[in-house]
Parts: sequence; C-alpha cells; structure tokens
Amino acid sequence: MAVGLSHFLMVSGLLFVLGIISMISRRNMIGVLLGIELIMNAAGLNFIAFSRYIAQDLSGHIFTLFILIIAASEAVVALAIVLRIYQNRATISVEAVGEMKC
Amino acid sequence: MKAYDVIFYLFALLTVLPAIFSAFHPNILYAALSLFISFFGVAGLYALLAADFVAAAQVLIYVGGILILLLFAVMLSKNIYGATFQEEKKKKIWPSLLGMLFLGVITKIAWTTHWSEALVDNLVQPTTARIGHQLLTDYLLPFELSSLLLLSAFIGAITLARSK
Repeated sequence: MAVGLSHFLMVSGLLFVLGIISMISRRNMIGVLLGIELIMNAAGLNFIAFSRYIAQDLSGHIFTLFILIIAASEAVVALAIVLRIYQNRATISVEAVGEMKC
Repeated sequence: MKAYDVIFYLFALLTVLPAIFSAFHPNILYAALSLFISFFGVAGLYALLAADFVAAAQVLIYVGGILILLLFAVMLSKNIYGATFQEEKKKKIWPSLLGMLFLGVITKIAWTTHWSEALVDNLVQPTTARIGHQLLTDYLLPFELSSLLLLSAFIGAITLARSK
C-alpha cells in the first residue's frame, strides 16, 4: 500500500516509545537526556506529518522549529547542571543525586 | 511500489534501527553516536514530507549542535561504562513491556482512526520564504519570546557551569 499519514505516525510512535524506554530505564543522567531528545523528535515528526497531510499549511513547520529551539535550550541548561553535579559529586547516576542539596 | 515508498522505508529504517540501538545499548557513548544517524533519518523524513527548511534546521541544530554538546558531556564525565550488560538487560524488561503496551495503543489509533487526509496535489514547493513571512506576522510574539528564552538559557548555562 502507498505510504500515507499512518506510516509516518507509526515511525514517530516508535521513536516516542523508544525515548520513553530510554528515559525510564537509564540510570545515567545523559542517557535520560538522550531519551528526551528522541521524544522531542517524535513530536516534531508528528507535527510535520499532520501539517503535510491534514492542515495543508505551515503551522506544523513553525511548531517544529519552536520544538528545535526549546530542545536546544533544554539540552544546554541540563548539561550545565549535569556537569555541575559531576564536579561536586563525581557521579551522574540519577539514584545518587536523590536530594537537591549539593 | 513507487520510488517515494522505497525512500520512505529506507529513511524509516535509518531512523528506527539506530534509535533501538541507542535505547538498549549499555554504553552511553555508543548510544549518543547512534542517535546521530537516527537524527539524520528524521531529517530525511522531514524532507520527504516537503519540509525542506525544517530538515536543514534539524541537521544544523540537532546533529551539529545538540549532539556535539551531548558527546562533550559524555566524554567529560569519566565513568561512562557503568553497569554491565547483564544488569542493564535486567533493568530494561519492565520498561520494554510498558513500551510495547504503549506502542500497541499508538498503532491501533494510527491505523483505525479515519484521518480526513486532504493531500490533493503532490506538488512540492520551497517553504523557506513562507515560513519567514509567517514568523514575522502571525507568530511574531512566540518568535521574540523564543529569542528571550535562548538568551536566558545561554546566561543560565554559563552561570551554572562556571567553576567557583
């Protein structure tokens, strides 16, 4: 059958589920961040697919651009926090930094 | 099977297989590197959906920016090997089952819903000029707010990562 909207939705669903698995099973903080990046990509793919097949305008493109911007700023701040925690504690395991006191 | 379908399946494989690798590999460095390939695949899917500007932005920002940053952070934190393969496998069982359940729900929704697809012509036009026009008319406030967000993230990251 010809490739349609459902195929793109399936790819984005797979990416989303893999991101969820990576997010809740990794103990490394950077691994959790990798999962979040996968989830954001899945959301962007959904937006573009709906914008192509249903909305027929560019609103989905613009939302995806905003997702890119938010992903960039989130990654920058999160990695700064991770490096800070690593400097103070010499570990970046999620379980080792349960309390907020540094 | 048309050429479009073949290219779609190629890019879908290029997206999903490295993502699976990145979700299940115990070594975080290899996971980050395989995410590189996966994001290239997503950029290809964007191009297939006639989103040329977003595909270019994806390659520039994700592959060129965010992942380089992630790799830096991975290499700056020393013990990246952490748990052994066996432990890691045991920890993945319950999340994988949960993910399978969720994937089942998504699959059912994606295939049984009647989407009112309105794709009439397959004409592909360049989108950059229209995106720029929309950003400066309808989406002007979010656009300016995002520049504020980027500036504050920039200053916040410098303040956080600076050693005392």
